[in-house]
Amino acid sequence: MVRDAIVGFWHILRAMGMTLKYFFTKPVTVQYPEQPVRLYPRFRGRHELRRYEEGPYQGLERCIGCALCAAYCPTQCIYVQAGENQDGVQRSPGERYAEIYEINLLRCMFCGYCEEACPTGAIVLRRQFALADYSRDRLIYTQDRLLTPSEPHAIILDDRAGSEQERRPGVSGKPKG
Amino acid sequence: MDWVTDFWIPVIKAIVVVLALLVGGAYMTWGERKLCARFQVRYGPNRAGPFGILQPLADAVKAIFKEEIVPHHVDKAIYLMSPGISFAAVLITFAVIPFGPQIDLLGRQIGLWIGDLQVGLLYLLAIAGLGSYGIVLGGWSSNNKYSLLGALRATAQMISYELPMGLALLSVVVLAGTLNLNRIVDFQGQWPLIVWQPLGFLIFFIAILAESNRSPFDLPETENELISGFMTEYGGIKFALYFIAEYTAMVVNSAIVATLFLGGWKWPAVLSNLHPLAGVALFLAKVLVVLFLYVWVRASCPRVRYDKFMRFCWKFLMPLAWVNLAVTAVIVALI
Amino acid sequence: MLEMAIFSILAVVAVTAGIAVIAQRNVVHSALFLLVHFCCLAGLYILLNAQFLAMTQLIVYAGAVVVLFLFVVMLLGLERARELPDPRRYQWIVGSLLGMLWVAALIWALFPQAAQTAPALTRSDNVRQIGAALLTDFAIPFELTALVLLVAVIGSLVLAKKKLEG
Repeated sequence: MVRDAIVGFWHILRAMGMTLKYFFTKPVTVQYPEQPVRLYPRFRGRHELRRYEEGPYQGLERCIGCALCAAYCPTQCIYVQAGENQDGVQRSPGERYAEIYEINLLRCMFCGYCEEACPTGAIVLRRQFALADYSRDRLIYTQDRLLTPSEPHAIILDDRAGSEQERRPGVSGKPKG
Repeated sequence: MDWVTDFWIPVIKAIVVVLALLVGGAYMTWGERKLCARFQVRYGPNRAGPFGILQPLADAVKAIFKEEIVPHHVDKAIYLMSPGISFAAVLITFAVIPFGPQIDLLGRQIGLWIGDLQVGLLYLLAIAGLGSYGIVLGGWSSNNKYSLLGALRATAQMISYELPMGLALLSVVVLAGTLNLNRIVDFQGQWPLIVWQPLGFLIFFIAILAESNRSPFDLPETENELISGFMTEYGGIKFALYFIAEYTAMVVNSAIVATLFLGGWKWPAVLSNLHPLAGVALFLAKVLVVLFLYVWVRASCPRVRYDKFMRFCWKFLMPLAWVNLAVTAVIVALI
Repeated sequence: MLEMAIFSILAVVAVTAGIAVIAQRNVVHSALFLLVHFCCLAGLYILLNAQFLAMTQLIVYAGAVVVLFLFVVMLLGLERARELPDPRRYQWIVGSLLGMLWVAALIWALFPQAAQTAPALTRSDNVRQIGAALLTDFAIPFELTALVLLVAVIGSLVLAKKKLEG
């Protein structure tokens, strides 16, 4: 009984010593809007539809409206409606392009299967994670918004262990897919 | 002239103290969040004003503008009364605590305490007992099973912790030979009572953790078992009243510990003799130390199980307090 | 003057609360009125300069006894008094006789020649005297009271134990 009490008291003192030790360490919190958060390179954030950046198709949308992403999507949050490319006003290199391309981010679970299914690497999951909004409608992302690249205020950690490189938004990161 | 001294000075003192306690309680919510955050290697609130200093203000505004909801199944009168009982009991507890020496103000001798009661220590115990009615009645009147369980726990807990608490205070009384808090503070001019009563201090501190429903003894509200215990049905300003009562109780209880065991405003006499306000500063510093201890314990100890707490109080703390009292009494009698 | 005013308020509230204790159907409300009554009594003691008695009143009766009442009522869920047939049929006769006796005693006490209420204490610093008196002049009644309480505790234990076995 007495021994239990003394041992218990000693344990409590040790616990309090432990917390006191952490009291004097620097907080690990990242002050996010002011400071960049650290993301791993394969972090999956919001989708983006990509365009060709160079080559013969420069400036055209990669998406050819095949809807494989929509077929593959486990939550069925992607809606694609294809349209025929007219001669002279090509929006994509193939016969068809995505006339309507919508992703319901309320249902999306960011699994990245759409990215894997896409034959042209048109849809990719980038790092944007700041997705809060004021209405549900705003969270159904339409094609024009998906085509607009946006980068979070973040440091992307290097895949290789240890070092990290800071990346300025949208300048030199290696695109995925 | 007499009318002024007899009536207005205590009233003004009371108003000042109540305002100070309100601010203190409000800032204790901020202080606890800040300190707890540091214990958990976080920053805590830092968005409202520099260092989050306006956080209590923001919380208060939010609470006041919330919709006032009275569930239809409650016992309305008691339901509305209970947070007030809690809060009022906390505020009037401070009435007997001396927070400074007698000072000269505008040619009058003014003691920095509200009431110089001969039975001040008993007053503290009595009001502490009344304060728990706020919790018990709040839980019962909510007419909700979780609230009722919270209220039941509050009553059982109160009966358990009050005995060791009273016994720990008795050893203080035996040493100081008085129930008057001013005399007890005077007694500690040389050495604070914690030097003679380390065990008494420990017992009293544990009891007071239970009295203000603080972790690890926050059994009436255990949020993982009882949702929010006795305040499950409370919202808006009524909830805020309970909340600020809890934090003001922490401040007041810290003041009691500082007065009874840490030498009040007097010890060390070298410092408090310098200037009357130095005594007040000493008192405040001690209160802050005890408040830090409160948060430190909360950050370190997990909540004890309900039955274990009862067993701890009745079968361990109370015999310990008895032994402490007996040893103290024998030593005092021999010397 | 001020004292008279405070006394009148406390007295009226105390009597009203006392009546409310037996008039209420809800047991918890009854207990609450009992609490109010006890608090008023404490106030009256303070008016008589008996601060120690007042605080003891608050600690023991208001703080502990009523809380125990509430605990039992809540634990057993007896908030609503049910209409039960009275098992002792002649209880009311004895009760009213005793009540009339008590009222008579009260009326007699109100007559000036019999009025011998305790005088207000002159000093409020009387804790030491009370302690000394309890342990010297009144040591035997004091210890007897302790014995009675002990017997009550043991008795309740025995009763509870029997219930458990049965």
